[in-house]
Amino acid sequence: MGRIVLHDIRKAYGAVEVLKGIDLAIDEGELVVFVGPSGCGKSTLLRMIAGLDRPTSGRVEIDGADVTARSAADRGLAMVFQSYALYPHMSVRQNLAFGLQNTRMPRAEIDERIAEAARMLEIEPLLERRPGQLSGGQRQRVAIGRAIVRRPTAFLLDEPLSNLDAELRVSMRAELSGLHARLGATMIHVTHDQVEAMTMADRIVVLRAGIVEQVDTPLALYNRPANLFVAGFIGAPGMNLWPGTAGPGGVELAGGAVLPVAAGVALPAGGVTLGLRPQHLRLDPAGPLAAKVTLVEALGAESVIHAALAGGQRLLAVLPGQPQLARGSTVTLGYDPAALHLFDGAGQRLG
Amino acid sequence: MSRAAAFLTRRRGGAGWHWTDVVTFLWLGAGLVIIFGPALWLVLSSFKSPAQLSEFPPTLLPYEARTVEVPGYDRPLPLYIVTDEGGTRTLAEVRRVGTVAQMVDPEAPDEVQRIDIANRTPVRAVGFSWSNYLDPFLRFDFLNYTRNSVFVTGMATLITLLTNSMAAFALSKYEFRGRGAVLVLIVATLMIPLSVILVPLYSIIAGVGLVNTLWGVILPTVATPTGVFLLRQYMLTIPDELLEAARMDHASEWQIYWRIVLPLTAPALAVLAIFSVVWRWNDFLWPLIVLSRQEVYTLQVGLNAYAGELNVQWHYLLAMTVITMVPVVLVFVFLQRFITAGIAGTGLK
Repeated sequence: MGRIVLHDIRKAYGAVEVLKGIDLAIDEGELVVFVGPSGCGKSTLLRMIAGLDRPTSGRVEIDGADVTARSAADRGLAMVFQSYALYPHMSVRQNLAFGLQNTRMPRAEIDERIAEAARMLEIEPLLERRPGQLSGGQRQRVAIGRAIVRRPTAFLLDEPLSNLDAELRVSMRAELSGLHARLGATMIHVTHDQVEAMTMADRIVVLRAGIVEQVDTPLALYNRPANLFVAGFIGAPGMNLWPGTAGPGGVELAGGAVLPVAAGVALPAGGVTLGLRPQHLRLDPAGPLAAKVTLVEALGAESVIHAALAGGQRLLAVLPGQPQLARGSTVTLGYDPAALHLFDGAGQRLG
Repeated sequence: MSRAAAFLTRRRGGAGWHWTDVVTFLWLGAGLVIIFGPALWLVLSSFKSPAQLSEFPPTLLPYEARTVEVPGYDRPLPLYIVTDEGGTRTLAEVRRVGTVAQMVDPEAPDEVQRIDIANRTPVRAVGFSWSNYLDPFLRFDFLNYTRNSVFVTGMATLITLLTNSMAAFALSKYEFRGRGAVLVLIVATLMIPLSVILVPLYSIIAGVGLVNTLWGVILPTVATPTGVFLLRQYMLTIPDELLEAARMDHASEWQIYWRIVLPLTAPALAVLAIFSVVWRWNDFLWPLIVLSRQEVYTLQVGLNAYAGELNVQWHYLLAMTVITMVPVVLVFVFLQRFITAGIAGTGLK
């Protein structure tokens, strides 16, 4: 159980519309990541699902039942907060037990569930401590444990990893994915970190300014971004996006370079935007792109080249190995036309 | 001890007396005398007998006349040092008639001497008249007054904490129309002194039949704007996420208040409890008006009974003033850091 469907969710604070009509269906057992820049409404959307905020209009359904009017407690969901929100005056055990006591569960079952969750999260030695005596990672586990003991229909995770240091974040990320695989429960994970989204999600929901820009699997988002925003947001380093005009031989950039496009793409008249991932560029003396190197970041296995095209557009290229390029020198780059992304004047994907 | 001495002789730069050291110590010394002097004077005077209290010039320490048992006399006789043409000697007074006293030598009790009272000074030693303290409890109703005061203070403080924290919870954690207005209204009542609402308040208390009961003293005082404001400011610092987490955890609003917010407000509650204890313990005007039967007097009203229209029983009054001061002083001595923390906490945040 744990199918969540949103119908045209809207939320306005006074005159400011934060969510502008969100339709979404999350399947049972799916790990969905809401991702987007800060202020895009992803946390607000999560709070709507949780029942902590009421939408101005629209409907939330869980397992087919309309729960829009139900309180947070009665939706059967569990949430992990960004700040963990552990009760500071209670021991870890009491923190885990609080939600179960409120449902008048028998003592023995509470103990059993706590023991099980503690074993799963390896927090057994911490049970009698207070949250203040725990490290960030331990608090994070306790917060997740508090959600697990409830055996909720779905887990809601509001940027749970953003307060951890980089190393811990990577390991917790893997652990959360593992947990999801083990529990098989629906999870909605909110983050602004696209790497987190890419690595964890079954499906990613990209939000911007209260609108769903695209919903798809991580690789589909990477390979076929639906619009300019998703193209620029997903992938690191970010995709090269250059405005140009469609011509007979391809797309002409402001500096005069003409870039060939894959056969079969119908180019509209007028302005288009070209998108090319830095990883898809390669050194090619016959290539159409000539750029002046401004910076080389040699990472060992690969090198990130910052360069400027003749028209002044900035170019990023990730080249394998350690090519010998000096700052100020000119490189000629080519690419496979099939890897090119094209967007029309409104920013929507072509082809 | 040596640390205290080192502290008290601390000087600027560590060596030599700079003039600022002198000024500082003079200033602080003067402050000590001005602030602590009256309290010390009160405590010392509370141990003096009535006769000694009316003495002029007053003495700092309480003294008692030295007495001696003389064979042939029932009572112990007070001793005096007599200096006249017969030399200096210690005699005991038998009786006094006008300016002449009949005295005997304790060593030779048969011979009665007549001494001019100008020629003698009493033999006295530092001594405390504990009866000042014991009599009000043993012979008067002070035990009862104390019980009443403790009940009023304790009960009023409990109810104050409960009601004020509930109001503060609503005002800090719930969004509702007019919340700001309600808060302003509550804080605005700070500007209305008790004397303005004395008469209507009394008629309410009389109307519900609480005159001459301790509840009549307790109930009108439990809702304090200061308390609501203090607790609200503190509760604003409790993150909303905790409340939301509790809501997700199936907690009712009452449970959120009782199990999450209240425990986390403990430091502010401690401050309010201290204030409330001090206020209620020291309350005088309102209990004086509501309570007119001796059995329900609180300490402060009971004290007032010693100040009669014609005759003030200073020795009892002073002793009982000390007794009423003690709890408040103890509260301040031991809970001082909570008070400063609480006052700082109510500041801008």
